[in-house]
Amino acid sequence: METLLIEGSAKTPTIKFDAEQGIIEIKGRSIPENSIEFYKPLIDWLEKYSGKPKADTVVNIQLEYFNTSSSKCILDVFKKLEAINKGGQSSVVINWHYEEDDEDMSEAGEDYQAIINVPFKMVMVQE
Amino acid sequence: MLDIYEFYDKMERNKIMLSFKGDITSELLTSILQIMESKLDNLQEEPKIKKKVYNVLVECLQNLYHHLDVDASDNSDSAKKFRSAIFMIGKIGSEYNIITGNYILNKNVNPLRDKLNRINVMSKDELKEYYKEILNNDEFSDKGGGGLGMIDIARKSGQKLNFNFIEVDNQYSFFSLSIKIS
Repeated sequence: METLLIEGSAKTPTIKFDAEQGIIEIKGRSIPENSIEFYKPLIDWLEKYSGKPKADTVVNIQLEYFNTSSSKCILDVFKKLEAINKGGQSSVVINWHYEEDDEDMSEAGEDYQAIINVPFKMVMVQE
Repeated sequence: MLDIYEFYDKMERNKIMLSFKGDITSELLTSILQIMESKLDNLQEEPKIKKKVYNVLVECLQNLYHHLDVDASDNSDSAKKFRSAIFMIGKIGSEYNIITGNYILNKNVNPLRDKLNRINVMSKDELKEYYKEILNNDEFSDKGGGGLGMIDIARKSGQKLNFNFIEVDNQYSFFSLSIKIS
């Protein structure tokens, strides 16, 4: 299965979904006006990956900013991962990175943690 | 003649850093955000405040972009007028003030007013619960926002949403929103 690579831009994050290694990364900022369009290929990739996932799937989310339009799409990504984890073929861990003094980003992580049922780690990053 | 000094003086007194009036396009938002980001960097603003201001700015501007009540393909003079919006950001002392104004259909005034009033009486924890509830329900508008924007603005600014509606004719009202961040 092909690695999904999308280079980041002023409004969209860097994407690296690597099926060989079972590593899924979303980094940077996610503030597009049309987030559904941007996240569609990510959801499609996860759909495919769920057919034959690695024994361990590590998800690294490291966002500087994200808008509310992206927040629902990020939840959709997490729900796909939740289904993969539940399926028993792969244990999924989500690492939610936030900068030391960024309470809003840390709270956003807590919000997701409360909604989805997947091992969720809060990772504090030094600035 | 238009008194430009009057404009200047008003903006100066309100310490306006940037303002715009006109059509809100995706490219415009990109430019405004870039300008504001470098201004915040130049002010050597605390990262925490910088992030809050930037986040609220994104939501306010994208609200203007998504929630126009006028069809984008309608090129009549009246459509152009009612599609136009205004945005300003100022800083007095250590407090940022983001102000937006746009036309909305009269019939949409009450639902929006009710929603904003509902948000304004919520505590920090209630806002968090409300946000999660909306985030996790499957009904989502094609605009992608799903009504989270105003809740997010209230959460991040930590202050009441200050708003007003002025009826301009039998079809449209002018909606203004003022957010303070400190």
